[in-house]
Amino acid sequence: MSVRFAEIVMACVMAAFSVYLMWKSAELNIGWIEDEGPGGGAWPFWLSAVMLLSCAGIAWNWWRRSTPLARSTEPFIGSAALRIVLQVVVLLTVVVALFDVIGTYCALFLFMLVYLAVIGSHRLPVALAWAVTTPVVTFLFFEILIKVILPKGVTEPLFYPIFRFFGMGGI
Amino acid sequence: MVEILALLADGFGIALQPLNLILIVLGCSVGLFIGAMPGLGSVNGVAILLPLTFVVPPASAIIFLAALYYGAMYGGAISSIMLGIPGASTAVATTFDGRPLALQGLADKALITAATASFVGGTISVILFTLAAPPLAHVALVFGPPETLALMLLAFATFVGLGGDDIWKTIFSICIGLVLAAVGTDIVSGEPRLQLFGLTGFFSNINFLVLAIGIYGIGEMLWTIEQTAKAGGASMLSRATVSVRRVLAHLRDQLTLWKATLMGSLLGYFVGILPAAGATPGSMMAYGVAKQLSANPDSFGKGNPEGVSAPEAANNAASTGSMLPMLTLGIPGSPTTAILLGGMVIWGLEPGPQLFVDEKAFVWGLIASLYAANLFALLLNLTFIPAFIAVLRLPFTILAPVIFVLCLVGGYAPTNRMFDVWLILVFGFVGYLLRKLDYPLAPAVLAIVLGPMTEPALRQSLLMSGGDLAIFFTRPYSGPIMVVAIALLALPLIRRLVRRFRTG
Repeated sequence: MSVRFAEIVMACVMAAFSVYLMWKSAELNIGWIEDEGPGGGAWPFWLSAVMLLSCAGIAWNWWRRSTPLARSTEPFIGSAALRIVLQVVVLLTVVVALFDVIGTYCALFLFMLVYLAVIGSHRLPVALAWAVTTPVVTFLFFEILIKVILPKGVTEPLFYPIFRFFGMGGI
Repeated sequence: MVEILALLADGFGIALQPLNLILIVLGCSVGLFIGAMPGLGSVNGVAILLPLTFVVPPASAIIFLAALYYGAMYGGAISSIMLGIPGASTAVATTFDGRPLALQGLADKALITAATASFVGGTISVILFTLAAPPLAHVALVFGPPETLALMLLAFATFVGLGGDDIWKTIFSICIGLVLAAVGTDIVSGEPRLQLFGLTGFFSNINFLVLAIGIYGIGEMLWTIEQTAKAGGASMLSRATVSVRRVLAHLRDQLTLWKATLMGSLLGYFVGILPAAGATPGSMMAYGVAKQLSANPDSFGKGNPEGVSAPEAANNAASTGSMLPMLTLGIPGSPTTAILLGGMVIWGLEPGPQLFVDEKAFVWGLIASLYAANLFALLLNLTFIPAFIAVLRLPFTILAPVIFVLCLVGGYAPTNRMFDVWLILVFGFVGYLLRKLDYPLAPAVLAIVLGPMTEPALRQSLLMSGGDLAIFFTRPYSGPIMVVAIALLALPLIRRLVRRFRTG
């Protein structure tokens, strides 16, 4: 896929999103209400309309080949770069999905381990050291210091003794 | 004048409290580190670390983040000089002459020039800031909804007029930011609004941090990962020899650079005040002007220290300058201050002139901390240059996952909603794709911060006038601001017409 092709695909996707936003805004009043001023939908409606207009402007520039991107025949992303970016995106998605299942801390452990060992090709002891340290430091900072309770999924009961140790038995 | 000094003295009383002093040193160090990492700048640091500051009182939180902002301006120069890769966009101009100096074996000279110029730039602008803030806030106290709207329009118009990016893409970015800010409930009627795709997560507002962390955390990291994959992960770290005698000699040489440093400081300050401009264009402009003013402009790009001092003075001056409109008018002067402004709202402070009346301790504590942060950043920088160089050797494949973890967990902390973590991923990925296609994303972040202030200003104004748009043009303050804003919006069109006229 060339940059030029990606440019028009993105403009079309964003134009479609703009139309969706206009339609969604129109669920509220987009006109003038006596003694109340503009209706609740007017502001997002007209902004979305300007978004649509901008997409038309981008498409017009694309058609006339008047910007460097609209002329570029280079690939949108190289195959090596695509592989690593996709790996990272998939890994991030899986990890976030795991937050609610096996808990944030186990998910972070897996994330660091896989990222360092597979994507970063570090040696296993290095990867393990970071994979253990990261969730521990995260726990101490978030749960103990600033009292933000992160999702723990099925691992919830394992944390009761730790909270008791820090004198937070009630949680 | 006496009154300002008294308030400033009170401010120092706050800034020099042990907790705040520790936070200043910590903020400067973290900022130096973040600034020095290629791909990460002050805006990334502030966006990613803002959720961590809820543990301390608001005044301390903003002191920490302001020190980080400052430190990042110093730190950006380190990788520009040592690696030839700008540590942040604000330090791009520093590579032009800093890198050649390093290649000539004068890396220490370039680093010291960058540090002292940053100090001078920061100090000059913080003094100008101290003098200008109270009168400006005083004027702004009479502002009503039409004036607020005019200021917001001015902030967006500067992006369109001076941004230099594709105009349609800039306008798109502003509007999508404002629409995202409108998700949740209609502020006037209280009706639910824009429940996108029927997801219940959109029943409440989108926190600006979700967009900021998505774009500046996840999106930026994906971008950097792609860039390093392209470059094959090569590192070109320069060697630096440091000795006390050399440092002293280089410090003496700084005096000969006073002209470029002073010019950079003043230019940076005024560019920084302009909404949307910020430190990156400030440092670029300072480099250009320094070259024109220099006795030997031909040596620029080949290792002229003036080419390091001017942009470095300017980026620090601009970072201070950009806080002036944030504190006095409630509109940010740069993407980083946009995020700080959003933070102030979370901390329960109403940004704008009323701060100078109601929250004297907060405002003056912050201003005093800028003086202190400047000094500490200089000292830390000069002392720990070897340490920061060691940090630059840390493989990116270790740093990247650590930053991802901070983004995901930090994004959860402000609202405790998993929905927001998913949104961060979506915004990060879409932001990365948009960035690859040269959509400017800073306007979107600015817009989602300003959206909740812009919409009520517009609706209240129209209600006051019964729907007559003339209200924005007939009032003594809003009128001229609107005219300038509209002129800026029309600037790209005028430029194009002039070009067409010239080419015949």
